[in-house]
Amino acid sequence: MFRLILRRLAISVAVLWLVTLLVFVATLLLPGDPARAILGQQATPERIAALNDQLGLDAPVWQRYLDWLGGVFTGDLGTSAASQGPVTELLGGRIGASLVLLVGAAVISTAGGLALGTWSALRRGRAVDHTVSGLSLVVAALPEFVIGVALIVLLSTTVLPVFPSVTLAPPGEPVWSRPIQLVLPILTLTLVVTPYITRMMRATMSEVLDSGYVEMARLKGIPERVVITRHAVPHAIGPVAQVIAIQLAWLAGGVVVVEFLFRYPGIGQALIDAVNNRDVEVVQAITLLIAGVYIVVNLIADIVGIMTNPKLRAEVAR
Amino acid sequence: MTAPATVTHTLLARELRVDTATGHPVLKGVSYEIAPGEVLALVGESGSGKTTAGLAALGHFRRGLIHTGGGVSVQSDDGEPVSVLEVGDRQRRSLRGSTVAYIPQDPAASLNPALRIGKQIGEVLETHGYGASAAERSTRIAEVLGEVGLPDDEAYRRRYPHELSGGQQQRVGIAMAFACRPNVVVLDEPTTGLDVTTQTLVLRTISALTTEHDTAALYITHDLAVVATIAHRVAVLRRGEVVECGSTEEVLRAPAHAYTRELVTAVPHLDGTGATDTSGSGRSTPGSSTPGATESGAAGASAADMEVAGDAEHTPVLSVSGLSVAYGEHRVLRDVSLDVRAGECLMLLGESGSGKTTLSQCVAGLGLPHAGTVSVSGTPLAASTQRRTAEQLRSVQYVFQSPYSSLNPRKTIAQSVELPLRTLTDLDAAARRERVTETLERVRLDPALAGRLPDELSGGQRQRAAIARGLVTTPDVLLCDEVTSALDVSVQATIVDLLCELRRELGMAMLFVTHNIALARHVADRIAVLRGGEVVESGTVGEVLDSPSHEYTRELLANTPRM
Repeated sequence: MFRLILRRLAISVAVLWLVTLLVFVATLLLPGDPARAILGQQATPERIAALNDQLGLDAPVWQRYLDWLGGVFTGDLGTSAASQGPVTELLGGRIGASLVLLVGAAVISTAGGLALGTWSALRRGRAVDHTVSGLSLVVAALPEFVIGVALIVLLSTTVLPVFPSVTLAPPGEPVWSRPIQLVLPILTLTLVVTPYITRMMRATMSEVLDSGYVEMARLKGIPERVVITRHAVPHAIGPVAQVIAIQLAWLAGGVVVVEFLFRYPGIGQALIDAVNNRDVEVVQAITLLIAGVYIVVNLIADIVGIMTNPKLRAEVAR
Repeated sequence: MTAPATVTHTLLARELRVDTATGHPVLKGVSYEIAPGEVLALVGESGSGKTTAGLAALGHFRRGLIHTGGGVSVQSDDGEPVSVLEVGDRQRRSLRGSTVAYIPQDPAASLNPALRIGKQIGEVLETHGYGASAAERSTRIAEVLGEVGLPDDEAYRRRYPHELSGGQQQRVGIAMAFACRPNVVVLDEPTTGLDVTTQTLVLRTISALTTEHDTAALYITHDLAVVATIAHRVAVLRRGEVVECGSTEEVLRAPAHAYTRELVTAVPHLDGTGATDTSGSGRSTPGSSTPGATESGAAGASAADMEVAGDAEHTPVLSVSGLSVAYGEHRVLRDVSLDVRAGECLMLLGESGSGKTTLSQCVAGLGLPHAGTVSVSGTPLAASTQRRTAEQLRSVQYVFQSPYSSLNPRKTIAQSVELPLRTLTDLDAAARRERVTETLERVRLDPALAGRLPDELSGGQRQRAAIARGLVTTPDVLLCDEVTSALDVSVQATIVDLLCELRRELGMAMLFVTHNIALARHVADRIAVLRGGEVVESGTVGEVLDSPSHEYTRELLANTPRM
């Protein structure tokens, strides 16, 4: 098993390296000149040259890549051209704020999606099942900003003014000091992700419930609760983990739009500001971060898949 | 006086009626009763409702089935009859696994792949409160594993189902069923898919356990030869009704109902009686079938073939020499050589994993790269179909095991049969249509069915269509890969007869791949026995069956159930 996991890990590292390359090339291709963006239209050519020199922008491309890559490894993500401070400092607090959103949405949607999917599969063909399927399809069809706006209308402004529609915390105060402002962003992300997990879990569970070993467990007189938890769910988890991983990875990118919508001080906001300011180092750092989340989440899904399958587990022993 | 009379039967089903959700009847009033220690065989072909009738004894109906009448009562541990279909969910659950146990058809699908086998057996004991402590239950697990002839050590109990062979998996299923010492066991075709040697072991285990514990057993099967081996009484089920019921001896020797007679005569026998009664006369004299060939529509093609066959009487049409195939480290075929002459049928006999399908795939050009040569009419063929000429492809055709998956479900029968003509010959549309109609007639398939999709045909009709597709290009070699094993016995007999007649009419060489030695005298002239990728014995059917020289062949013959 460990060999299999190590191989997956090696692949992940290789993919991450490819991502650094792509991110670097992509920022090179961005139109415009960072120095001019920072200094404004009135800047003299001398000052632009001086800033280029200061930022190391006149060095050859490969050297700039290696310098940057070395920085990434040593935890030095460079200097923000806009704020003149180190990128790590700029992002430090914001990563925490975004993680609160991500983890909150991930936990709620995974647990909710698995439970709802299982429940629906157990009542296959009945009204409950059709309702869950229909609703999840409708919600899945809506883009995240539509859901966000709809929630603001429903729960913040017009219908039921319960939750704040924007983040109230002043800069510097941690977002979780006022939990009420987290509700709508987390709810939005949860609603976007849950339908896919529910539908996948329903389909997989339906298949597992029709399998010979579930029928056999019932014919052995095992109580239904144990049949579900011991004989059915473990077999559905493996395939569903892959879908959950894709959804959670999507969250890392989806957070950008949602943070923008709720004026939430996370990395999504920071990314939008950085792109507007042509703050190349920050864009690179955040893109790399989001890619990292993608890779880690998928790696975890692969490991869950291996762990829940005794055949794969045994391959290792050999 | 009345009390003993009610408990003479451990399992009693009365007028069971089951419908599908759409109102189509599956069981139309099925009754059976089983005494302690008795084995009742419930015999029927696919779709007869035998599994539904068996599962009803556990109060279980599969999705889409509705119980509409009748009842089942089992004798519980305290001797009182309990009505399985009327008690509450909780009590029914407490009966399942402890009083009435089930042994499924496919052990690979019925064991939870993620749980260790010891745990799966222990689970039944735990649920039904068998034994006072974990230690006592653990002793029982070891004991019951021993009873079914498996190792009872801790290491074996910690294995996962995928680490066992098919026969071992089935014995774990039996151990699980007998763990709580049930009064009734329902066995749903427990030996289908097992090799004959394993089948004999499993049947012996079941016999010993039911006798020893005075268990009433309902044995569901379609295999009458197995029935003769294990059952005391037989109930024959047809379209949801019991058409005949009596002692095994009576039913199999002197069947009263026409359907039972049909089933009994369709069973192939090692001595060659039974299934070929209808075609036996044609077999003895090859000449007698020649008029049949000239009579039929395809006079031109088949007559030409016959002439070629006559000339080349002694040179083999299909010749395989020194064939070796390996999947990585695993050697599937080791230096296999065979010859098949025109008009001759060679039976390639082997159990699962013997490499028999690999061999026929190599001949057809569907296999992996191999060492050795495959030649047809003296011309060596390339290993892959992609490098064979149209003429070479035309000369070797393949009929697959399952007619349910080998015909494209979106193409009509006529389209499927026409396909090889379109790709391998340059006949025009009219000539192709004529040839398709001719071939369908030849396989005794009503040409009116030509426009149907495979879904609208029965299993036997589909296999006829698949054979027609193989014959339409008038091949020199026809490969039949387990063509009868997905079919019911009565259909199997008609397909075997058909293949025999066609071979005689068309004079082609036939390689008949099978695991069922009982078919030998019905189809083949010669036999090659394949084991572990090697031909261990070959010779004429008479030589091999009457005086087998290899230990393995003798074992196979000894383990083949007879009626």
